[in-house]
Amino acid sequence: MNFDFTEEQLMIRDAARDFAQRELLQDVIERDNNAIFPTKHVKTMAELGFLGMMVDPKYGGAGMDSISYVLAMEEISKADASAAVIMSVNNSLVCYGISKYCNDAQKEKYLAPLATGEKIGAFLLSEPEAGSDATHQHTTAEDKGDYYLVNGTKNWITSANSASIYIVIAQTHPDKKHRGINAFLIEKDTPGISLGQHEDKMGMRSSDTHSVMFTDVKIPKENRIGEDGFGFKFAMKVLEAGRIGIAAQALGLASGAMERSIQYSKERKAFGTEIANHQSIAFKLADMAVKVENARNLCLKAAWLKDNGKPFALASSMAKQYAADIAMEVTTEAVQIHGGYGYVKEYHVERLMREAKLTQIYEGTSEIQKIVISRTLLRD
Amino acid sequence: MKILICISNVPDTTTKIRFVDDNTKFDINGVQWIINPWDELALTRALQLKESSGGAVEKVSVITVGPKSVEPTIRKALAIGADDAIRVDAESEDAYEVANLIADAVKDEGYDIIIAGIESSDYNGSAVGGMVAEFLGLPSVSAVSSLDIENGEVVVKREIDGGSEVMTSQLPFVAIVQKGIALEPRIPSMRGIMMARKKPLNVIEPAEVPLMTEYVSYELPPAKAACKMIDPENVKELVNLLHTEAKVI
Repeated sequence: MNFDFTEEQLMIRDAARDFAQRELLQDVIERDNNAIFPTKHVKTMAELGFLGMMVDPKYGGAGMDSISYVLAMEEISKADASAAVIMSVNNSLVCYGISKYCNDAQKEKYLAPLATGEKIGAFLLSEPEAGSDATHQHTTAEDKGDYYLVNGTKNWITSANSASIYIVIAQTHPDKKHRGINAFLIEKDTPGISLGQHEDKMGMRSSDTHSVMFTDVKIPKENRIGEDGFGFKFAMKVLEAGRIGIAAQALGLASGAMERSIQYSKERKAFGTEIANHQSIAFKLADMAVKVENARNLCLKAAWLKDNGKPFALASSMAKQYAADIAMEVTTEAVQIHGGYGYVKEYHVERLMREAKLTQIYEGTSEIQKIVISRTLLRD
Repeated sequence: MKILICISNVPDTTTKIRFVDDNTKFDINGVQWIINPWDELALTRALQLKESSGGAVEKVSVITVGPKSVEPTIRKALAIGADDAIRVDAESEDAYEVANLIADAVKDEGYDIIIAGIESSDYNGSAVGGMVAEFLGLPSVSAVSSLDIENGEVVVKREIDGGSEVMTSQLPFVAIVQKGIALEPRIPSMRGIMMARKKPLNVIEPAEVPLMTEYVSYELPPAKAACKMIDPENVKELVNLLHTEAKVI
């Protein structure tokens, strides 16, 4: 058992912290207010290597482990969860999915530009009537012999407008139910693809979320990922890894809110002393610290299992469910500690609270995680 | 052309300073170590010069005097972009000794520009850069806030009271740089971090240097006094207190 980080892991954490505090934090309130995509920052994240952290250097990635990824995600999420979700989707859904399940030709064509951040990716699974229940895909990919013809609508797509490479999940053989589903690599500028309205979200407002419509979109056969019918399994496997990213994002929201609360309660005075000296506040801080530490340990455990080639689905579900739920609790308490100041935008914690809510919903709600966890427990 | 940056391993600027052993030693327990901020800016500027030189600047090296425990700080400099590093294997807080060790280590290496931060953020001695120049017999300019290479010469700007002055110097040359030399230190990229361990880090034995100074004791500044609030209408009392209590007027 060893809880020490390597020198490189610490350097990555510090680099992410410097970037987040020095650059992302500067305009995060304005971007959140006006739902502005962080174009400039995404470019810097690409240059620093944060968009393809775990991809093989052969394809332009940084070749880092998942522990480093968790450390970087936590630091970036403390400052800006919108930038963090762009990073998470690109790394642990799109790049991971391609690295792990695509053939060499697909990797050559799509992975390199995604890993270097020259292009960013989006993962299109959710539908108007298929969110948590991903087995019932209404989007169809009809096998036309030479090509697939895709029709349907995808919902809540992170980076839908800014991404240029999509991974799309669609039904090819409805009679085979989820075993008939396929996953495809689709370029956004393919004729027949259109975007719905920009979603006006409660939090993570600086990431662009849209629905995406497919009308008779012709996809070359070679863009299918894996064997015919592999799509559902592909999506589930990729989401297992994606959860580590979102868990680390939730962890960053919680630890960021805690750090702000500690600082504020040491400065703010009430009844003749700093509010940290009041036990009601001090105990809130203690509760936050225990929750944050637990969430961090769960995230790192899931990352460690993944790095060591061990099964990590249970650990990543636990990390995602716990970190998301405590992110909601800790950010809410942070607003309470800040009092009126916590309710205004200047102090950031209200934003962290709005952002935390989404971590309980996307990439598998907390309830879905509990299904995964309990089914694993009851399987034998 | 080769550029050398002298870097110091210093406590993070937010470190809570404590002393041990009867106030004769700085307590290093739990301290996070960083590249001295001025040196980090110097490194950033050197890398900018290398990148814009079209190959004229072939190499940016860093050197530090310190034990093995300073190597993470050296590797951070390599991760940021330095090509190689030298560590003189000695522990010293004495500027004369440090400057001597650096000068001895690089005297035959043919560096064209040697850059040192104006001071280190721990002991604030402001002495090493000037001494290195002296020991190597090289021209030097202190308090440099901008540095360029034009037609084989260095052009530097230094801030002076009420203005600034521009100077040129032949090479080789020592620049002692301050804030402004680069706007912000460069953040290491993931690729840089992965490469850092693969870059040469040469450890060399220290030359014999007589130790001429010794730290006797340290003292912390007095704790900040509580803030006294005075009614804005009562200017007389403010002036009176500034005169009798704060004794600043």
